[in-house]
Amino acid sequence: MMRSVLSVILACVASIAGAADVNTAIIRVEYPQLAPISRFEEKTADLAFAGADLATQDNQTTGQFLGHNFKTIHVAAEPADVVSAAAELRAKGIEIIVVSARADELLAIADAAQDALILNAGAADTALRGAECRANVLHLTPSDAMRADAVAQFSVWKKWTRWFLVRGSNPADIQLAEEYKRAAKKFGVNVVEEREILDTGGSRRADTGHVLVQKQIPVLVQNPKRHDVVIAADASDVFAPYLPFHLWDPRPVLGSAGLRPVSFNPATESWGGTQFQTRFEKLSGRYVTEADYDAWLALRAVGEAVVRTGSADPSDLRTFMLSDDFELAAFKGQPVTFRKWNGQMRQPILLYDGRINASVSPQEGFLHPVSPLDTLGADEPETDCKAFGE
Amino acid sequence: MRLLVLFFTFLLASVAHADRIFVSNERSNTVTVIDGSTWEVLTEFPAGLRPRGITVSPDGSKLYVCASDDNLVRVFDTSSYEELFTLPSGPDPELFVLEPNGRRLYIANEDDNLVTVVDTQTKEVLAEVPVGVEPEGMAISPNARIVVNTSETTNMAHFIDTETNTIKYNMLVDQRPRYAEYTSDGTRLFVTAEIGGTVSVFDIDGDGAPTEVGKISFQVAGVQPEWLQPVGAKVTSDGQWLFVALGPSNRVAVVDAKTLEVEKYILVGERVWQLAFTPGEEYLLTTNGNTNDITVIDVASQEAVRSIPVGQQPWGVIVAPGIN
Repeated sequence: MMRSVLSVILACVASIAGAADVNTAIIRVEYPQLAPISRFEEKTADLAFAGADLATQDNQTTGQFLGHNFKTIHVAAEPADVVSAAAELRAKGIEIIVVSARADELLAIADAAQDALILNAGAADTALRGAECRANVLHLTPSDAMRADAVAQFSVWKKWTRWFLVRGSNPADIQLAEEYKRAAKKFGVNVVEEREILDTGGSRRADTGHVLVQKQIPVLVQNPKRHDVVIAADASDVFAPYLPFHLWDPRPVLGSAGLRPVSFNPATESWGGTQFQTRFEKLSGRYVTEADYDAWLALRAVGEAVVRTGSADPSDLRTFMLSDDFELAAFKGQPVTFRKWNGQMRQPILLYDGRINASVSPQEGFLHPVSPLDTLGADEPETDCKAFGE
Repeated sequence: MRLLVLFFTFLLASVAHADRIFVSNERSNTVTVIDGSTWEVLTEFPAGLRPRGITVSPDGSKLYVCASDDNLVRVFDTSSYEELFTLPSGPDPELFVLEPNGRRLYIANEDDNLVTVVDTQTKEVLAEVPVGVEPEGMAISPNARIVVNTSETTNMAHFIDTETNTIKYNMLVDQRPRYAEYTSDGTRLFVTAEIGGTVSVFDIDGDGAPTEVGKISFQVAGVQPEWLQPVGAKVTSDGQWLFVALGPSNRVAVVDAKTLEVEKYILVGERVWQLAFTPGEEYLLTTNGNTNDITVIDVASQEAVRSIPVGQQPWGVIVAPGIN
């Protein structure tokens, strides 16, 4: 739009270093997986890519005034091909790579491209910010620890301090349940009972699936100890969405269903969010997902660092992004910044019921000497991450 | 009958009336009218979808309202509250600024990264100026030679030459710049940054070129710094006092506009958004989006003196001077 006009209006900006060509890429890893429980969550062909494109568009609109050029390449890769995909990008001179993938592939890319700046826009595993952290990886996606803490704080604020934890049987479910147990301990919540729902490869969306679900789920969760809420830990997306209306005792559900801790959603309109939603929907013709927002956030953080430093060098950008001078408006009501000790972006967590944000954590009254946002997730004294020297 | 109507119209027009305060209510799609001497609410009238930016013509006869979701500017008679006509605005107009002579209107199109220039007499779009992402704040230099636009996601103040309708200078400011305000002599410009929590201060030379001379930040004991979000701002015509609305902290900061020291914080309603002076600058009015009211601040004593309920989610406020 109006490119010719734009090139004419390149006007002088005081106190900014030279123009930069910023070539970035986003790798999205394609996993073989079952269809989601709800068709509202079907994966679109441009998942995460559309968020990256919006950020690049936003960056370019800003960059035109400073002579910067932003470009982003899309790469969809099979899990087995991520290292070669990263190598190809490196061969093209791309040193800034957004990764929308799970932990294993993220680490494979990070270790194969150690001189590149890797932006994690998908993997929530807490260990990636702890013992498994990498110096060249910054995390936009909130960790599972941050999400569990966000739920726990809200639960405490509500005085719902007796949890009935219902988890799946896969390793990822068990790990997510551990996050909730840790969060419970951190905020003084009592997990009165924990129960497993075995992943037997159920009927999911078959015609009569709801009949089975309606009979099976209540039995699996019958006669629990007295509790205020049910916490669902179902990283595998097997049973949690069925819980709210198939419990034995009617209770609110939080976690993997009911009230869910998310980085963003299409309902958010506070803090200028409407403008973000409008721009995204115009570009993609659909609603935003967390994968899109996380990718947008990654490249906007890069764009902001480029604008403030005038550099496209990944190491300059990383240094600036981890410094006190970096902050970014992210449609969450307060500036978002990076934790110096593990490269995690501190940010509010939205508690979303599928239609509205019922609340946003951190909750009032949870205090911290540096930032209330650091009450979510592992704090500096607790971190296992050794790759980030101050 | 017609004669009678004419007679009453004449009577109404000839009767002296006080200043009238107009408040745009973003969520109730209305404008509230308040008597500036009795502080009584006179009426509330429909003003289109999502009315936000609001201003009056220099003669006080016309009220301009950005009807954001109608994608146009609605123009009302400030006495009869009847809609006179509409102006094309480009998509999603949020804030605008009227040239001091009342002729050209400069409109920020939040969704399209444009500033649209409209002739209020011919009702024609004169130009579209591409700016940064999410343009919002609009100000015009007193000599009308420069229009300043702030873009919220680009984090810049763009200085637009009004003769050529092209950008002359760009200045980076802090995150989410919301509002720009010149001193009445045009030698200083203030730009608020909502998420950055600061006000950037520029000195302006004879050619309109800006030089950053300082940055104001805010601190209130017992209030988390992230809630101190500068939004609307107004400076007294003597250039002495700058008032800054601090959004969700529910306060208006009083800043010495010369030394840039914050002198005081005035507690007002919740989510304080935009500000307007009464014509003699005796009072400053604040829109409070979450408490659905406006606060009246006595400028001399720097105290909040009353609050007045208005429509839902009040956004902008302007005062049409009365007739004596």
